[in-house]
Amino acid sequence: MTGKVFGQPIPRLEDQFLLTGTAKFIDDIEIPGMVHAAFLRSDYAHARIKKIDYSAALKRPGVIAVYTAEDFGDYWRPGPLQVPPPTAIKGSQFNARPLVPIAKDKVRFSGEPLAVVIAESRYIAEDAFDDIIVDLEPLPAVVDLEEAWENKPALVHDDLGTNMAALVKQERGNYEEARAKADVVISRKILVNRNAAAAMENRGFVVNWDEREQEMTVWATTQAPIPLRNTIAARLGLFENQVRVITPFIGGGFGPKIMTSQADDVLLPWIAMKLKRPIKWIEDRRENFLATTSERDQVHYAEIALTKDGVILGVKDVFYHNTGAYDPYGMTVPLNTQTHTISNYRVPSFYTEIRMVFTNQMVVTPVRGAGRPEGVFVMERLMDAAARELNMDPAEIRLKNLLEPNELPLRTGIIGQDFVEGVLDSGNYKANLQKLMEMVEYEKFRKEIQPALRAQGKHVGMGIVCFTEGTAVGPYEGARVTIGGNGKVSVATGISTQGQGHFTVFAQIVAEQLGVKAEDVNVVTGDTAHFHWGAGTFASRGAAVAGTAIYNAAVKVREKIFATASKWLEVPPEQIELGDGKVWVKGKPEQFITLGDLAFRANPTRGVIEPGVEPGLEATGYYGPPYGATGAGAVAMIVEIDPETMELKIKRFVIVHDCGTVINPLLLEGQVEGGVSMGIGNAFYEKMVYDENGQLLTASFMDYLMPQATDMPPKIEIGHLTTTSPLNPLGIKGVGEAGAIPTPSAFVQAVEDALFEYQLEIPESNLSPSKIFEYVQKASKKG
Amino acid sequence: MSKLHHVTVTVNGKQYERDVEARMLLSDFLRHELGLMGTHVGCEHGICGACTVIFDGEPVRSCLMFAVQANGHDIRTVESLGTPEKMHPLQEAFHEKHALQCGFCTPGFLMTLVSFLEKHPNPTEEEIREAIDGNICRCTGYESIIEAAKLASERMSAREN
Repeated sequence: MTGKVFGQPIPRLEDQFLLTGTAKFIDDIEIPGMVHAAFLRSDYAHARIKKIDYSAALKRPGVIAVYTAEDFGDYWRPGPLQVPPPTAIKGSQFNARPLVPIAKDKVRFSGEPLAVVIAESRYIAEDAFDDIIVDLEPLPAVVDLEEAWENKPALVHDDLGTNMAALVKQERGNYEEARAKADVVISRKILVNRNAAAAMENRGFVVNWDEREQEMTVWATTQAPIPLRNTIAARLGLFENQVRVITPFIGGGFGPKIMTSQADDVLLPWIAMKLKRPIKWIEDRRENFLATTSERDQVHYAEIALTKDGVILGVKDVFYHNTGAYDPYGMTVPLNTQTHTISNYRVPSFYTEIRMVFTNQMVVTPVRGAGRPEGVFVMERLMDAAARELNMDPAEIRLKNLLEPNELPLRTGIIGQDFVEGVLDSGNYKANLQKLMEMVEYEKFRKEIQPALRAQGKHVGMGIVCFTEGTAVGPYEGARVTIGGNGKVSVATGISTQGQGHFTVFAQIVAEQLGVKAEDVNVVTGDTAHFHWGAGTFASRGAAVAGTAIYNAAVKVREKIFATASKWLEVPPEQIELGDGKVWVKGKPEQFITLGDLAFRANPTRGVIEPGVEPGLEATGYYGPPYGATGAGAVAMIVEIDPETMELKIKRFVIVHDCGTVINPLLLEGQVEGGVSMGIGNAFYEKMVYDENGQLLTASFMDYLMPQATDMPPKIEIGHLTTTSPLNPLGIKGVGEAGAIPTPSAFVQAVEDALFEYQLEIPESNLSPSKIFEYVQKASKKG
Repeated sequence: MSKLHHVTVTVNGKQYERDVEARMLLSDFLRHELGLMGTHVGCEHGICGACTVIFDGEPVRSCLMFAVQANGHDIRTVESLGTPEKMHPLQEAFHEKHALQCGFCTPGFLMTLVSFLEKHPNPTEEEIREAIDGNICRCTGYESIIEAAKLASERMSAREN
């Protein structure tokens, strides 16, 4: 029986392959005659390339070819920019320096490719690195953001004459006027530290050029299969339909796998055509740390102006954003920071300025959160400082300033990563915080539990913060829904999947419309031979944007089912019922046609199709939102710290979350828990550290600590509210990044509260036991 | 090409013989010489645990061993558990509790837990948490994995009693 499946917590349809080791990942692809690529990478962050001599490598048995930038001739060229800057922001400046596929003349970050070796095995390819003589002339490395802005100690791009990558000023209201009227103005310098995406599977790329078919097949761990195919085809002068990009199962994405125009996807297709051999490249963990992309390195000078009652009058934030050596992803990350700094609060006047700088570090592009955690961290730190200054409770000052539902939709006046003015579509921000306070027993904790624990000498503190998550941005996605002769439904969409559960939630959307079982819906994502229009998986948009396109296609197929069945059953469509994989005449279940049979009749081999009727039980749907849907929530966490060792335990973690209509509660909780886990990692374990020479000191899991099972709280308690989005027919918003966004903000507040007697004010987003110890030492000396 | 060494190894109850270089990692051997692709390689330095296999009854990191060290030994990989049509109770519990998302780390968790549950048929939640502390999952936050292990242990114990 096909009961209601939409909204139900059904376990995933894709699991059995992943659980039994039968799912195909990129490194599982083997093609006869396949050779292996390895990239020799720069040990210096900033250097002039004087000479690369690989003649000895060519003599090594098993080495097939070696290439440096010069060997690619005119094919070597930067870019293109994957995301251009928005043109709508008046007066904004952007200096485009897209990625170069392999370093030419100059190295700009440690880990940048210098040469690519093709060999019979990866072992031999890496052996050949020892045969290559590289002569580099080191240059001073640009590492510090504020020094970089002053063009010190060097220029990353000599021809540009500046290290400025972008300067963007946006304002709503008039901050200076607001400041003049304020009773209290609080200024802070706030740092947000750098984190890796660290998907468990590294990147990979396999390419096979079929000379006789004149077709190229690419397997890639990409979040953006269609843009990837389009750039490969354009670069090689092929038609799009000569290049097929397939994404196998992908072991996590979290942002960096959206990137195209990197060394692998630019160079390896060209080499595959030259050598007429299939090529495989699998990134190793060190390469992933050094030379893919990462995020969150900002320095903020922020200010909040309030009345003495704690009402916000204005916020100002001037911040430096590290884009790394190039800026291929435009201004996506810092624009997200701008839109998320004030989003859930009533801030009449807001001035925000991005100072984006080039440095000799790996390139910065979105990682789960993508600029949002930075904005939320800055605002929540300002709220905490204001609460302290005004002697207010941290929850009280937030409740006082959160927007009311009747103030939405609200135009924010700030243009975001999707190139349009941000609009808060719907939400009930106060209700989120109130529900959170109930769940965590806020009053009881403050008045009874915490005082009692403190009386016992325990250092237990709570952090409580609010956040929004801009999701489901354009431009669009599409999908095709087809009923097959087997009576089952196939769905193809252009986005790709990295573990989100698309095969299940999309099946739930379609099953509901077409009266079939979810397990009879086969979903294909990320194969350009199946569907070849779309932008990709980013910004928590899969379910809301691709899901809505799928819904739109399914509704059209449903209409076709009724129209076709009406003809064959010879009754009007209103008298037809659909379910259990068939249609029948209402009240006469014996007069039925199965969907498989109907699909054949909709695609006749003889006879006549009426004008205006398209054959088959098939339809294509698209969806492009005018602006993104905004999810929201609130987080409380309770920590206990041992003041001797600074060992920290998370006693409770509570999150209330609103992402509109829920397609599958089981998968939703998985998304939230995973985001929280990354947020905890970002706040207390994970930190990418560059030294003054631009060397990454944390390029392994021994140095870059990931949260493990014993680091996590006993349970992540999740509360749900549902405020549907008016932007799409299902009322869906995205959720993928929700948990990662507020967690560092809650974490530092909880630490400060636990160690209350030191009156700490922690200005950065990443802590560790030793760092807490340092703050306590400093505070003790002051006292 | 350096000298080749003859290796005889039993994997999932089947005996294999191959000639390999001394430096070939056990993980590469399982994956690319024997074609057992279920064992995944996440870090190649022994931290993430994705490549965990059961070696003479103990969970080990196959990226930290050479294939030649497996000569004469017995190995179990994820392929020894269940099939998509008939999964192992632990795999079923992972499915029901949504204990996997991208699924890349999952074979390592399964092999760590299979070995653990063989020795500790009735573990507490805390013991399970300790047991999987050497496996990294970036997607789930571990809670659902712990729930799945608990559920599987209960079902497996019930079957044996």
